[in-house]
Amino acid sequence: MTTATKRLTTSAMIASFADPGQRTTSAPFGHALAALAERDDRIVGLTADLGKYTDMHVFAQAHPTRFFQLGMAEQLLFGAAAGMAEVGLVPFASTYSVFAARRAYDFLCLDIAEPNLNVNIVGGLPGLTTGYGPSHQATEDVAIFRGMPNLTIVDPCDSVDIEQAVPQLAAAEGPTYLRLLRGKVPTVLDEYDYTFRLGKAAVLRDGADVVFVSSGLMTMRALQAAERLARHKVDVAVVHTPTIKPFDAGTVLAEVDSDRLVVTLENHTVVGGLFETVASAVVSRGLGKRVVPIALPDEFLAAGALPTLHERYGLATDTVVTKVLGELDR
Amino acid sequence: MTTTRAEKVRDAAYRMRHHILDMGEVQGQGYVGQALGVADLLAVTYVDQLRFRADDPHWPERDRFLLSTGHYAIALYAALAEAGTVPVTELETYGSDGSRLPMSGMASYTPGMEISGGSLGHGLTVAVGMALGLRLKGREQRVFNFLSDGELDEGSTWEAAMGAAHHQLGLLTAMVDMNALQADGPTENVLGIEPAEEKWEAAGWFTQRVDGNDIDALLAAFDAAAEQARPVGRPSVILCDTRIGRGVPLLETREKAHFMRIDEDEWQLCREQLSEGYEGAR
Repeated sequence: MTTATKRLTTSAMIASFADPGQRTTSAPFGHALAALAERDDRIVGLTADLGKYTDMHVFAQAHPTRFFQLGMAEQLLFGAAAGMAEVGLVPFASTYSVFAARRAYDFLCLDIAEPNLNVNIVGGLPGLTTGYGPSHQATEDVAIFRGMPNLTIVDPCDSVDIEQAVPQLAAAEGPTYLRLLRGKVPTVLDEYDYTFRLGKAAVLRDGADVVFVSSGLMTMRALQAAERLARHKVDVAVVHTPTIKPFDAGTVLAEVDSDRLVVTLENHTVVGGLFETVASAVVSRGLGKRVVPIALPDEFLAAGALPTLHERYGLATDTVVTKVLGELDR
Repeated sequence: MTTTRAEKVRDAAYRMRHHILDMGEVQGQGYVGQALGVADLLAVTYVDQLRFRADDPHWPERDRFLLSTGHYAIALYAALAEAGTVPVTELETYGSDGSRLPMSGMASYTPGMEISGGSLGHGLTVAVGMALGLRLKGREQRVFNFLSDGELDEGSTWEAAMGAAHHQLGLLTAMVDMNALQADGPTENVLGIEPAEEKWEAAGWFTQRVDGNDIDALLAAFDAAAEQARPVGRPSVILCDTRIGRGVPLLETREKAHFMRIDEDEWQLCREQLSEGYEGAR
């Protein structure tokens, strides 16, 4: 009799990318928004039938009269958010990133970004954070949004980033897009001397051999890979750039402009995201510098269990370590 | 002798039609036909219904008028000139480089223009948000959204129609220009929308349909909408059947076109026909 190995399953729409035993914080976005609303009565929350799946339900429970359910109607969601901002409110409007970026683009662009309204777009399941397949995997959301004038794009790493970002997004004058991490979100950055500052990158650790430039959950993987690479006598610096646009080229290029191997890490297709943002900054500065991308491939991704997919498409810590050692001929 | 409401509106609509022809002549072409068609509707709105301050377009207590159809800006500029928000002398800059009066209406260019229209099917979604937001702030201000029958093709219009009814936005009024024409031809051939009243009623709206060039009928419909307007209640829609080129027989009888071409020597004739019709009706 043979023992069958149980295959991992997709399990749910929203899979956790936290490692077993990792410290997490529950629904950091929902709690941060609810807390902010206590001291700022302009804050309102909207969703398009995805309150429970974007942690907006936490805000809804805390401030029921300031929560608006728009139904499964993303064009209405963002048009209405614009209308609320027009009358002086500060809306946070949540749906999945795929629906914000692909389905409601025209409404974000013309009703929100063109008049430069303070509407904060909250997109769940950014990049590869669900095993559900291309319908829900927003692998190209940053590429879609980067061309939109006035829009600030934030790709937080963990619960610390999200908690600190929410008030700053509300305080920023124009529109923002937050690549939401929801549910039990890893808590990582409190172990570093770090504070989220909108529009700023931060050097989380120094290293003599390699520079990682990363955003989103890939900063967590970058930090893990840096630890692992130290065992191989490879000294890795990590620069976290949670704001993709406007991009803090000053901080990033100060690190890139060296003899070290430069690697970008992003939870997004290699087209139009962090890699190309860094590459264009490098070229614009006139630096003749090679940049190695770690990103999702330019293809529609498979369905499956998230750990399997992160391994297959190169976002897992193991594959990052292997890739860097290969680049260094170790 | 006191001037009646209808007379005030009729006189304003007449002056607005002249403004529209004058602006059209600057460009040599444009959405003159549609604008002439909705002059009565906009005159009722701006002369009789809307609460606003002509010299303070950002007055916080104002009712909101959202022009969803950006290409109808020529008609709204005429209304804003009639209201006194835009100087009549400025109308001759319409569509010219550096003008505050671009071909397609944009909020950042023109005082009194609440939103940037142009991409159709947006206005009603923004109006829903404004109505929700004003109600949350405890304000009893009305929100009017002007849209066209062509915009009823857009799914987003119906997302907003359902949303407004669900949230009982009783201070929201939509006015639809049913001119039966869109870019590629007659509406019934492009994407049939009839029976339009049944669709709005089914969506939960207080629905009226009137001759959009009959000022008495328009006033009665707007009064009925105002009568039942309250913070929590049914939103209201007035479907207005209008005639392209209304007031200028030369244009009323011309083959209907979305973008009407008018020859250089015809503008004066148009003005004369407009004046004759107005004098004849007095």
